[in-house]
Amino acid sequence: MNLSDIVAQQLVNGLVLGSFYALVALGYTMIFGVIKLLNFAHGDLYMVGGFVGFLALSAISGVVGGDWPGVFIAMLFAMIAVGCLGVVIERVAYHPMLAAPRLSILITALAVSLVLQNAVLGLTGGQYQAFRADLGFGGFDIGSLFIQHNQMVLVGTAALLMVALQLFVTRTQFGRAMRAVSIDKDMCQLMGINVPVVIAVTFFIGSALAAAAGTMAGAYYGSIWYFMGFLIGLKAFTAAVIGGIGSIPGAMLGGLVLGLLEAFGTQIPGIGSEWKDVFSFAVLILVLVLKPTGLLGKPEQERM
Amino acid sequence: MSEKNVVASRLYGPLSGVLVDPRAKWTAIVAILVLMAVAPMIFGQYATVILTNALLYVVLALGLNVVVGYAGLLDLGYAAFFAVGAYTVGILTLDFGLNFWLALPFAMVAAAIAGVIIGGPTLRLRSDYLAIVTLGFGEIVRFSARNLEITGKASGLSGIEQPWIFGWQIRSATDFYYVFCVLAIIAVVAAARLANSRLGRAWLYVRHDEDAAEAMGIDRVKVKLAAYIIGAIYGSIAGAFFAVNLGAISPESFSFTQSVLILMAVILGGMGKIPGVILGAFIVILGPELLRDLGPLRLLVFAVGLLLIMLFRPSGIWPGRSAAK
Repeated sequence: MNLSDIVAQQLVNGLVLGSFYALVALGYTMIFGVIKLLNFAHGDLYMVGGFVGFLALSAISGVVGGDWPGVFIAMLFAMIAVGCLGVVIERVAYHPMLAAPRLSILITALAVSLVLQNAVLGLTGGQYQAFRADLGFGGFDIGSLFIQHNQMVLVGTAALLMVALQLFVTRTQFGRAMRAVSIDKDMCQLMGINVPVVIAVTFFIGSALAAAAGTMAGAYYGSIWYFMGFLIGLKAFTAAVIGGIGSIPGAMLGGLVLGLLEAFGTQIPGIGSEWKDVFSFAVLILVLVLKPTGLLGKPEQERM
Repeated sequence: MSEKNVVASRLYGPLSGVLVDPRAKWTAIVAILVLMAVAPMIFGQYATVILTNALLYVVLALGLNVVVGYAGLLDLGYAAFFAVGAYTVGILTLDFGLNFWLALPFAMVAAAIAGVIIGGPTLRLRSDYLAIVTLGFGEIVRFSARNLEITGKASGLSGIEQPWIFGWQIRSATDFYYVFCVLAIIAVVAAARLANSRLGRAWLYVRHDEDAAEAMGIDRVKVKLAAYIIGAIYGSIAGAFFAVNLGAISPESFSFTQSVLILMAVILGGMGKIPGVILGAFIVILGPELLRDLGPLRLLVFAVGLLLIMLFRPSGIWPGRSAAK
């Protein structure tokens, strides 16, 4: 393979990886926008999404088959179920803590993450679970570059979801309410916006996007396990920070940037794939230290 | 809020009374020391190993408590300092033939440097960013230990020699139990003295109101960095003795789960309060032992417990009097 092939191949890999990161990062950034909370459990919602999607697909694959149509139906099911789970988590765990000190709510979020992980661990026994989708490996060549159909569908679906979200947030009245709540919650309350509903819907959408990513990742990589949300949660947070936390286009951009950075980073001599994760955490720390507002974020003062 | 506190003070009044009345306090301390001294003879070999582990957690939790409880900084990568201590001693004794007692100060210095490296640039960040950065740092340390030649890659280091003291080799489980008893006592005394020091009062101030503290002339970055370094040194000492106790260390001993367990010890008992943190360390180690019949579900029970404590008793099971107010 010559250099341009490597570049093109890593571009494809980076886009696929970046789509997952972006979908999960969106939830982080939206939830941070409305209640200024880093939802540590967000990566675990991605994991639960993978499992719900798998269960749904197992139930329906006899009727619709295990190819993309079946995966899409399973994905929709997972999005609704995990979206509701996200709303429940917000009502049960985060809502009573909103007035508490920051440290308390962060630890609560951590506890929610542990509960989700260990619940799935208890139910599945901790083994890798084969995700029996039947996606096939067809594709086409561009020069010496081979692109799978799966990769196209995956990136396309992620893009579609992100465009839909962007339209929802910028073009609808509800989206306007969401943006308003992220600027000043108390003022919104005074203006007659139903803030708890806006927060609930934000949790629903954010969790549903993570679940979509979880189902697609399960189908694409072929296996799921209870701890798979941990690393992607960290990476997606990194992506959200790179893009500027609180900014929706920023999360999309950050996800793609991180995916591409990782894909190309592993090609640098001396940074093998075993250093891939160290590489992205180093990027996270560098961004936080050098430009904490990220690429598209606005400067913000700490709540006191 | 106030009604809750009245109930809390009724419940905890007698307990805190023991801690306030000096005679009762000394009686309690002597009783605990005697119990610690005779425990191996009463409970047998297996329990001694578990108790040793609990004492290790007392040291670790007291160290993390300096960072989280005293200075109010959420550190999700504390196992990194534990790892630095263990690996420094492992490498220096195995590859450089150093005596354990000579390697120990190097481990402490290495951890302090690690504390400065991670704390220096990040302590100015928002508190939740700091949490994530420390998490990332913890993972970087673990991944590095897994990838580097000198740390033995994924299989780690083994054959770390047990230390000699006054011509006597610390060897059996009971020997190590007493070593950890001494360590835990030193850790408790040091933590108590720190809390009452000028620095301890500065932490309290910074934790409650950073801006007011700064206006009063406290350099908050310096004070937070001091908490980081002290916490790191606690972790490295625990790690050094952990390494010689087991004789073998591997990257998976220092995972995120480890950091979370230590953090749980700090929070469960009562953040910032020494008796609470000790209680928390014992709950974290003895609890899973007692719940062993539940199998993999025991961690779920634990996680739900942590969640319930955060929701209903955010200052811990035994918060002490000032925290209840």
